[in-house]
Amino acid sequence: MENLIALLVAAPLLGAAVLLCGGRRLDRAGHWLGTLLAAASFGIGAVLFFDMVGKDAGDRALHQKLFSWVPVADFQADIAFQLDQLSMTFVLLITGVGTLIHVYSIGYMEHDERRRRFFGYLNLFLAAMLLLVVADNYLLLYFGWEGVGLASYLLIGFWQHKPSAATAAKKAFLVNRVGDIGLSIAIMLMFTTFGTFAFGPVLGAAEGASEGKLTAIGLMLLLAACGKSAQVPLQSWLGDAMEGPTPVSALIHAATMVTAGVYLIVRSGAIFNAAPDAQLVVTVVGAVTLLFGAIVGCAKDDIKKALAGSTMSQIGYMILAAGLGPIGYAFAIMHLVTHGFFKAGLFLGAGSVMHGMNDEVDMRKYGGLRKYMPVTFVTFGLGYLAIIGFPGLSGFFSKDKIIEAAFAAGGAQGWILGAATLLGAGLTAFYMTRVMLMTFFGEERWRNKATASPAEPDVEPAAQTHGSHSEPHPHESPKSMTIPMIVLAFGSVFAGGFFAIGDRFANWLAPVTRFEHPHPPISVPVITGATIVVLLLGVAAAYLQYGRKPVPVVAPRGSLLTRAARRDLLQDDFNHVVLVRGGEHLTRSLVYLDHSVVDGVVNGTAASVGGLSGRLRKLQNGYARSYAVSMFGGTAILIAATLLMRAV
Amino acid sequence: MSATSVHTLWTSLAAAPPPGTPGATFDAPTIEYAQLAPILIVVGAAVLGVLAEAFVPRKGRYYVQLFIAVVAIAAAFAAIIGLATSGFATTKAQIVAEGAIAVDGPALFLQGTILLASLVAVFTFAERRLDPVSHGNRVDSFAADAAAVPGSAAEKAAVKAGFATTEVFPLAMFAVAGLLAFPAANDLLTLFIALEVFSLPLYLLCAVARRKRLMSQEAAVKYFLLGAFSSAFLLFGIALLYGYAGSVSYAKIADVVDGTVQQIDPALAGTMGNDALLLIGMAMILMGLLFKVGAVPFHMWTPDVYQGAPTPVTGFMAAATKVAAFGALLRLLYVVLPGLTWDWRPVLWGVAIVTMLGGAIVAITQTDIKRLLAYSSIAHGGFILAGVIAATPDGISSVLFYLLAYSFVTIGAFAVVTLVRDAGGEATHLSKWAGLGRRSPLVAAVFAVFLLAFAGIPLTSGFSGKFAVFKAAAEGGAGVLVVVGVLSSAIAAFFYIRVIVLMFFSEPKADGPTVAVPSVLTMAAIGVGVAVTLVLGVAPQYFLDLAGQAGTFVR
Repeated sequence: MENLIALLVAAPLLGAAVLLCGGRRLDRAGHWLGTLLAAASFGIGAVLFFDMVGKDAGDRALHQKLFSWVPVADFQADIAFQLDQLSMTFVLLITGVGTLIHVYSIGYMEHDERRRRFFGYLNLFLAAMLLLVVADNYLLLYFGWEGVGLASYLLIGFWQHKPSAATAAKKAFLVNRVGDIGLSIAIMLMFTTFGTFAFGPVLGAAEGASEGKLTAIGLMLLLAACGKSAQVPLQSWLGDAMEGPTPVSALIHAATMVTAGVYLIVRSGAIFNAAPDAQLVVTVVGAVTLLFGAIVGCAKDDIKKALAGSTMSQIGYMILAAGLGPIGYAFAIMHLVTHGFFKAGLFLGAGSVMHGMNDEVDMRKYGGLRKYMPVTFVTFGLGYLAIIGFPGLSGFFSKDKIIEAAFAAGGAQGWILGAATLLGAGLTAFYMTRVMLMTFFGEERWRNKATASPAEPDVEPAAQTHGSHSEPHPHESPKSMTIPMIVLAFGSVFAGGFFAIGDRFANWLAPVTRFEHPHPPISVPVITGATIVVLLLGVAAAYLQYGRKPVPVVAPRGSLLTRAARRDLLQDDFNHVVLVRGGEHLTRSLVYLDHSVVDGVVNGTAASVGGLSGRLRKLQNGYARSYAVSMFGGTAILIAATLLMRAV
Repeated sequence: MSATSVHTLWTSLAAAPPPGTPGATFDAPTIEYAQLAPILIVVGAAVLGVLAEAFVPRKGRYYVQLFIAVVAIAAAFAAIIGLATSGFATTKAQIVAEGAIAVDGPALFLQGTILLASLVAVFTFAERRLDPVSHGNRVDSFAADAAAVPGSAAEKAAVKAGFATTEVFPLAMFAVAGLLAFPAANDLLTLFIALEVFSLPLYLLCAVARRKRLMSQEAAVKYFLLGAFSSAFLLFGIALLYGYAGSVSYAKIADVVDGTVQQIDPALAGTMGNDALLLIGMAMILMGLLFKVGAVPFHMWTPDVYQGAPTPVTGFMAAATKVAAFGALLRLLYVVLPGLTWDWRPVLWGVAIVTMLGGAIVAITQTDIKRLLAYSSIAHGGFILAGVIAATPDGISSVLFYLLAYSFVTIGAFAVVTLVRDAGGEATHLSKWAGLGRRSPLVAAVFAVFLLAFAGIPLTSGFSGKFAVFKAAAEGGAGVLVVVGVLSSAIAAFFYIRVIVLMFFSEPKADGPTVAVPSVLTMAAIGVGVAVTLVLGVAPQYFLDLAGQAGTFVR
């Protein structure tokens, strides 16, 4: 059975290789091949899952060693896999949602002439992400980590002819690099501390290691997680990453890759459990990001960027939960899975809307679309109810658990974290209601009112029928797009309840992550009640602002906070002032140092060698007689030296 | 001893055994023809070539000579392979021809290398497409009539008649025969004779360039004078060593050095075992060999001769002579003088250091590509010496590998030099190479591969070789030497890379040289060079193992 793990990774990898190397002759069938291999991977995952369920909880983990990768004395790295309950959860999420999004992309990318390449990249992503979650050591995990980074870069910049997409891809790559340095340093620290970087030995020995080192490792892992999961302070790339095609945003930048940071922290739970300081920083990062993302999400008019802010915020919840230790790990992963369903569904819904609206992303130019896209409306609406935590739907169960766990953190910390999560729930309700109202309700703002009249008879008819100036004709998307949305909507509705009842999910993960029931200082029904109240307040506030009053097509100036939030709370301005300017100053002074000191020494050496060369060269004067003298002298020295050596 | 008694000695040996000598018959020397086949084939081909020169009509000589040379080299190489596969490199290693020639791993490996290098070199000798057709005849790199005074009417007549110095082929074959015998020589006299057998044809070959004839002749005269000078030292050293040991045989000298010899020749009782003779003799023989490998301060001939000689000859000389001379040096140090390791090591340390640094430093200011490669070969001689000094089995095998790698890079590089031409023949001044990469990217890229190999950049044979040699030196306790070697490699990298920069990042000059399109011969030479360079760089292990197996000298 364990031999199947390699196949899990190999199937999409094969797809990527074939599609990317196959050339144009695969253009017509490439997308089917990519989808088929993604589905095959899901099938293998399902087989493994049912096999795993059939075993006792204690010995469900599978191990497979493929071959020795870097066998150098003490430095032993293997290509080896480990499939336990945590990895299994990810495998099913990645391959399941991944397959749905492959299907969706068949329709969404239908008119793109580089569709084969797109599917190749998607398969590459699946392979790398699966490698990341089934690796049995940190080095191989790092390999997958970089692999998903590469796939993300390629897919964000997929429409590379747009400068904004190319820039966004570069930005994502650079910001991720900062995080990746954290991961590589963490791995080096692990090697010096434990002498290995395989999960088993490292996590087993974490208890006994010095707390200082564990804190350092933990903080470096957190840095890595911040980069990949777009957490403050490395959050700035995610909004721009929405330049990629929408299926990419759904799969990579909502459901799977951005959650790799949560996986990393939960996987390294043993390290964090023994390093409370690092844990504290994790919860702080989570709390800050969940509010940061929510505030940004409230102000964005671009539907995908609003959803991106929401993703950031929801991952903030997960990171916060992961920072709470054994009371939070299971909930972090549970929220991750339910979020995978409803956020992927929401993004696919957004893509469907864009598909019907000539790729318009500005919600101020939407409105009243429910009549034209009923399936999209219903599935998006269910995703909406799920994410705001409407009682009974997935988000309700998973988010509520995190809020309880936050309160249960104890002391002032518990109250602050609890309050932050509650506030976040209210903000979530506000911005998602806003998205819902602006898109599907209200006035049909996309109709070109006065300008559509034949006031400009000299405009060519062709220019009127297509292009961004003409009026869109909203329509429902093809089946290949709506079916994945429907499937995901089912997940959004039912997954949470299925997982939460009787702590089913927490018990499933318990052998890997340990599980302790949270005991909040106030009773659970009170917290649930408060959550619902806050939720209703958020919905009401949004309704008052966007449901009752007409939405202006041109965004009003807005308050200072709104304007800041529109600029992603000044993240890029901050980075520019502190990092870019600071970096420029630093490099300028380093360049000066390099020129005056380093180059001085180097050039001086070079000049003296050159001078010596010029002088020695004069010995070579072309006269055989002086050559002979030099030989004679050389022999004399040789003889003298030989005799001298004996004498000494 | 009077003249009469000498006479009786000779006659009595021939006629009747002197009284009292045991085994009163004269035994004919046993010659193991099979084991000597490689050398004999090449000598035979050389003699055949001389005969062909006399009897084959002028028109057909070029083809006949080329055929003889190629077939002989191929046959000799096949003989080497045959000997090696039937165990003469390892278990059946032996000394043949009454103790004159050793047939063992290092000898066979180096002879194989020399033959391969010679084959490639003969291809470049035979190239006739580079110079423009003169008077309806295709011409090679060699003078129409080497005996004619440059610029004279006789020369013009010879050119007009389409003469060619096809004697270069038998000359080269004689040189190859000497080169084959040199690393296999197992007594000092054979060593000396082999040295002269390959040196004399080389002096001649240096003198017969078609273009720049005066320079060529000057180079030959210098090479001859200095070569003769060094031969004198070598011969004197041999005499002193004979005085010390009472024998010229390597094994017997080694016994005396080790102190294991029991009986002392009464005639030499006065000198035998005198360490002053031993040390001075050793130093002088070393000098003779170091001259041939071009070690500082015996290197002065190298740049002048490399520059003046016809470029195909330069390539041949630079590669094959170095292989043979290092082979002889290795055998001398490891077979005859291992007992003196602590005497020769410090001296050779010094020589290696000044050779590496001297070659690299002086190369920096060179402006002629052939002189640049000459200094580069000096520096490489220093690197190889570092491996020799290791005095370990790894040292031997690393030197063998380095020589194999180096010889192909060298011949290939000089072959590329023959392609870049202007009105005056080869355009060897570096300024003319500016922008070559823009005009002839393939040729420039190939030359860049060779330069990178010289510089020891990974994935080229130069790196594998340098790594092996330095590793052996470091393990043999010569860490300082390795540091100096790496430093001078860094200096050397400067001028190699500078040529690459010049070729690819400078604007081509308006009156720059053209790149001649060679025949398949030179293409083969260059192609083999590139292939060997890359194969030994990417997958050196097989050849390292081969050199490792061949790394034991027979005594």
